[in-house]
Amino acid sequence: MASPSLMDTLFQRTLDDIIKGLRHQQAGESAFISKVVEEIRREIKSTDLHTKSIALQKLTYLNSIYFIDMSWAAFHAIECISSPNFSHKKVGYLAISMSFNESTSVILLITNQLRKDLKSNNEFEVSLALDCLSRIGTADLCRDLTPEVFTLLSSSKVFVRKKAIGVVLRVFGKYPDAVRVCFKRLVECLDGTDPQIVSAVVGVFCELASKDPRSYLPLAPEFYRILVDSRNNWVLIKVLKIFAKLAPLEPRLAKRVVEPICEHMRRTGAKSLMFECIRTVVTSFTDYESAVKLSVAKIRDFLVDDDPNLKYLGLHALSIIAPNHLWAVLENKEVVIKSLSDDDPNVKLESLRLVVAMVSESNVVEICRVLVNYSLKSDPEFCNEILGSILSKCCQNVYEIIVDFDWYVSLLGEMSRIPHCQKGEEIENQLIDIGMRVKDVRPELVRVGRDLLIDPALLGNSFLHRILSAAAWVCGEYVEFSRKPVELVEALLQPRTSLLPPSIRTVYIQSAFKILIFCLHSYLLQRENIADDMASEMLGLKSQGECSGSSALVAGKAPARQEQDEGFNPRDSNKSYEDLSIINEGDVSALLEKGFTHESIVNLLNLIELALGPLSGSPDVEVQERSKNVLGFVDLIKQEISNGFVSERASKIIDMVHDAFTEELGPVSVNAQEKVPIPDGLMLKESLADLDAICGNVQLPSSISFSMGSPFGESVGASVSIPQSKEESEPSSESTSLLAEHRKRHGLYYLPSEKNETLANDYPPANDPKSSDNTNDDAQDLVKLADKSLLPKRRSNHAKPRPVVVKLDEGDVVPFIAKKSDTRDDLLSDAVRDILLGNVAKTASSQSIISDKSSSKRKGKEKLNVDLPESREILGVEKPDLGNPSSRRSKHRSHGKEKSRKSPEKKNSDEIGDGEKEKQKSRHRHGRHKTKQRAEGPLNVAAQTPVIPDFLL
Amino acid sequence: MLLSCRWFSIEYWYLDSKPTENMIHFVLLISRQGKVRLTKWYSPYSQKERTKVIRELSGVILSRGPKLCNFVEWRGYKVVYKRYASLYFCMCIDQDDNELEVLEIIHHYVEILDRYFGSVCELDLIFNFHKAYYILDELLIAGELQESSKKTVARLIAAQDSLVESAKEQASSISNIIAQATK
Repeated sequence: MASPSLMDTLFQRTLDDIIKGLRHQQAGESAFISKVVEEIRREIKSTDLHTKSIALQKLTYLNSIYFIDMSWAAFHAIECISSPNFSHKKVGYLAISMSFNESTSVILLITNQLRKDLKSNNEFEVSLALDCLSRIGTADLCRDLTPEVFTLLSSSKVFVRKKAIGVVLRVFGKYPDAVRVCFKRLVECLDGTDPQIVSAVVGVFCELASKDPRSYLPLAPEFYRILVDSRNNWVLIKVLKIFAKLAPLEPRLAKRVVEPICEHMRRTGAKSLMFECIRTVVTSFTDYESAVKLSVAKIRDFLVDDDPNLKYLGLHALSIIAPNHLWAVLENKEVVIKSLSDDDPNVKLESLRLVVAMVSESNVVEICRVLVNYSLKSDPEFCNEILGSILSKCCQNVYEIIVDFDWYVSLLGEMSRIPHCQKGEEIENQLIDIGMRVKDVRPELVRVGRDLLIDPALLGNSFLHRILSAAAWVCGEYVEFSRKPVELVEALLQPRTSLLPPSIRTVYIQSAFKILIFCLHSYLLQRENIADDMASEMLGLKSQGECSGSSALVAGKAPARQEQDEGFNPRDSNKSYEDLSIINEGDVSALLEKGFTHESIVNLLNLIELALGPLSGSPDVEVQERSKNVLGFVDLIKQEISNGFVSERASKIIDMVHDAFTEELGPVSVNAQEKVPIPDGLMLKESLADLDAICGNVQLPSSISFSMGSPFGESVGASVSIPQSKEESEPSSESTSLLAEHRKRHGLYYLPSEKNETLANDYPPANDPKSSDNTNDDAQDLVKLADKSLLPKRRSNHAKPRPVVVKLDEGDVVPFIAKKSDTRDDLLSDAVRDILLGNVAKTASSQSIISDKSSSKRKGKEKLNVDLPESREILGVEKPDLGNPSSRRSKHRSHGKEKSRKSPEKKNSDEIGDGEKEKQKSRHRHGRHKTKQRAEGPLNVAAQTPVIPDFLL
Repeated sequence: MLLSCRWFSIEYWYLDSKPTENMIHFVLLISRQGKVRLTKWYSPYSQKERTKVIRELSGVILSRGPKLCNFVEWRGYKVVYKRYASLYFCMCIDQDDNELEVLEIIHHYVEILDRYFGSVCELDLIFNFHKAYYILDELLIAGELQESSKKTVARLIAAQDSLVESAKEQASSISNIIAQATK
């Protein structure tokens, strides 16, 4: 590259030239840019700072608008800021603040220049340096420049001072120890008379308090004064934000502050301040009835305003308040529902949230109707938002708000048919879940499932496949409620099912199999009945036979199961009586559908054979295996029932498979494992220790030898596995440890054990359908179970109209949740303990200083205490709160801050009381702790530790 | 479609982990055609993220109709935007910051620009991009509003301009250039 010449200098293109050039380029923009960058690279090397700065300015422009890399020019930017010429400096600083970041290697080179400019007499140079520091300040820079910033905090020029205050935020963030130096001055600025300064400093405190509000409680009196006195909306908004954070921590403070806030609300005409007041009240002052009432009234003004912004914010405020004061939403019901059809997606979303919040047991039907209608009219995205929120609201707390499950199930069916519906997975989960939990709804569920299955059009929509899978499962599982099982089989085997993914096809095949078994079984029963009795009595007997058939099935199960089923059976048989009586009234064709003739059975078998035949060569193993199973079964039965005669063997097989399928599937609780009693003599902990001792010697060498691949290693590996297999045969003997391990590892397999215990003589394949279903969507089933772990046994006999919903056993949930939070608490309390120790240390040290010399107290601090009578009260309350571990944030930098801030507490030291002695004792320990903590931080500032008190007082 | 969603959420997580110290995270000026006119980042974003943010946001904001509200929820943040003639002024804030206040800040900025350039238009900002930055720097520091008086900002900018002018004159005098070149 040529070095810059006089020609370059004289004929350098200015920024304007570049911009004009770019504007004239239509297509070749990038070529032009790269040409310009080439020029810049040459020009920027010029020794003439003027040329350099213009080149830099051009580069900055390209960087900010076209994102051209300018990190290579970092050093040139530094050269520019060291120019004595203000315009060069300015260009340089702009370039630096645009392009420097933590990883810029030359960043340390600017420390001295920044320091020089911070000390400059020209306030604009100072301001440039401050701006720059606020943008790029790294931990090192902030540490090195803290003294300069501190000096500027008391600058006589307001212009400089307010910028310095703004920079403090960055400095604190990067270099927490700066707090010790600057905090006091910052607090003094709160007292300032200049509104600019107060505004800036309140802004800083607002940001600081949002991180760790508790530390700033002692400053509450100052903020209170500003809240009452200030008429500057910018400042008031910030102060309100601070109080929104502080009030929940200190009820007495909230009581004091709420009235001034309401006063502002009544007085102000500025919407921004008004909104901030409203938001403060609805987030942090929800206990103050009158304040809430006032703000709800103001919210209403917002809602009816023409300005979409206010409308949106009004809705937003309502959604904040909804959990605590639902009445506020109900009062504005109309506006909210109307907003559902607003043009603005944001407004729609907010109002949807509110509408859903209003849903309760009494209005769920109406509101869901409204929502579904809206969803039909809206764009796909919002449509799915609506459906998603209906689904999640309705399944809350195990369908708490649903009374009429028949309605809900048909709503699910309806939702599935909404063209844009993409909530297949959720609907699938709920269909199956409801089927398992709510017995009374099963007939309706089967009807809904049938309608879905039978519609060939739905098979083409891949979003619905999951729902179809659930429908197929439901129809197979609860086929006894179906009027026309054969029709279901036809639906399940229709040609368009080839559109389904294999995992769902397997569900279809399995369901078809279940239905086939049901048909065969009913056919057998029917034949028996005919044999027993004469055709004239057939109808009544048949229903009875069915009834007895089902109770016979139940009888095969454990007593516990039978009990549950008894509550259910009467209804069931009633139903079938009803069905039959309807049929009796003359619908003969319906009867034919239910009753099976030999011919219809053979037809069914043929149909299945025909449909599944091709699938036995399916490339998907699951599909292939299942269809082969079914085909094998069909083949067998076909041979046995030829000529209208059913062999003994066939009916036995059918009975057994039928028994297996009618075994009711109950969801298994995720923590079912915990409910399995630990066998006597199984000592988990002890034996695990043994395990270590036993395996310690063996495993180490084995792993080594494995890596070497020596035959010896293999033999060791075998010897390790042997005890395990042995242990299985004699679990309670010596190797209980291995059993424990085994159980731990294969815990999953033990989950059903409880069930097996109660359902004594189950035929092995009983679990077959379940496990096969489970394997289909393992993950999804897990999720389902995790969400809704429940005990299949518990069933309350409420006389309520609402059907029984199998629910979580309370005992089940609580330990589960408690456990979870326990572990989190542990982590938290650990961190909190650290912080608390830090606090104690801090108070202790400040106390010692105080007691040393009362004269060392400076005016500022005394002012804090004296001017503000409330401070004592607040502080007194705050102290015990410090002991509350849960609310402390473990911010590293909060230490220093707290320290300096806490010093005003000294007057209250008497009140502190009990913890005192301990604290004083721990002072030494405490100091050590502090240094350790600091060392953990990004910078090692241990050397500064002793200096702290000086700055403070 | 799905794929892009997933990717989106990963990225969101990444952005969310950023330290958010400032009220305003960034300021964008985008023309109606989607051209960027000014970008100022108060929170750390890499160059790559910056382009992504701009692409995403201009897609969202430019497609919004004129009668809608001025707030967009975006990746857990709120973007407050306002259109003035052909330019969209956007500022990104946290969820719990005051949207109306930020709208006022935007308006404030536009008024100051207007006063400075004398009925400001997009071209003014194109050709004086650095001045737009300087004015913004007087208005905001570290993402916080620092000067709520238009007059003061105007005065400060004017003072600095004259400083720059006098420095420039001195530097660009022919004799100076020749002295430089022949050194």
